[in-house]
Amino acid sequence: MSGSLKKATVYVKLKDGVLDPEGKTIQKALSQMGYSEFLSVRTGRFFELEIEANGSDMDSRIDEICSKLLANPVIENYRVEKQ
Amino acid sequence: MKVGVVTFPGSNCDYDAYALVRHVMNEDVEFLWHKSTDLQNCDLIILPGGFSYGDYLRSGAIARFSPIMEAVIKFANSGGLVLGICNGFQMLTECGLLPGALIRNDSIRFRAHDVYLKVEETSSAFTNAYAAEAVIKMPIAHGDGNYYSIGEELRQLEDDGRVIFRYCDDEGKLTKESNPNGSVNNIAGIVNMERNVLGMMPHPERAGEKILGSVDGLKVFESVRAALSTLSTAGKV
Repeated sequence: MSGSLKKATVYVKLKDGVLDPEGKTIQKALSQMGYSEFLSVRTGRFFELEIEANGSDMDSRIDEICSKLLANPVIENYRVEKQ
Repeated sequence: MKVGVVTFPGSNCDYDAYALVRHVMNEDVEFLWHKSTDLQNCDLIILPGGFSYGDYLRSGAIARFSPIMEAVIKFANSGGLVLGICNGFQMLTECGLLPGALIRNDSIRFRAHDVYLKVEETSSAFTNAYAAEAVIKMPIAHGDGNYYSIGEELRQLEDDGRVIFRYCDDEGKLTKESNPNGSVNNIAGIVNMERNVLGMMPHPERAGEKILGSVDGLKVFESVRAALSTLSTAGKV
């Protein structure tokens, strides 16, 4: 029996307090462009996953790939959204 | 001494390390392909600089799962000497052999120039040939070299004397201006708890001949050679 295709999106961002020089530079540029009300910009990335879900352990499998590879738990947090 | 230099797709300092060991030090050296799991009885494993897997995801994050890394981790955990340079340092933090992480340079610029380093610890297998508190010069070339560690982990690193190199000025002063990437406490290189794994962002393998502008990096490898010969006369290797 083949499993059904599921989708999930993983959002990864630097933890609060970890310097985000890219975000800072974007914020400065915005400010120079006249958008000075945007006081802070934090960057991150997201991953769209297509999953052949056969069993009930999909959630823990997603958690595993997030903590092992997609995010570095030392500096980053992640959030999973399942569709 | 037999040295193994791991080549990952995207490594670009593997030949520098190889040339230094073979032609400057006249020691045995082998390239180890990242897909292999055989460390060929090497005494020192070098994870070289470069841009493994194009720095995709995070620097070193994908190389860390190369087949050879399982063998390298096992080797390190049984006391084998491992030296991670630049991208190799990033792999060592990614795989957890060293604490902390290397994040984007605070300037968001790729920095490629010589830096001065203060040798903080000479009791390690990698620095025993240096004079205490020596100020040495070698190049850096990285975009993600900003060493990050906080709280208890950082306190432990400092208390244990596991910070081996710090960025400094030419007089050995630890200044903000001499810190090329924003690293906490000017940290440029650290060892693990057992002191057999060193990760450093600067390139000692590119500072081993006069024609390259500095010979200050050579002592890292001479230290390893001395440490290994002490071990072998003690019958431990």
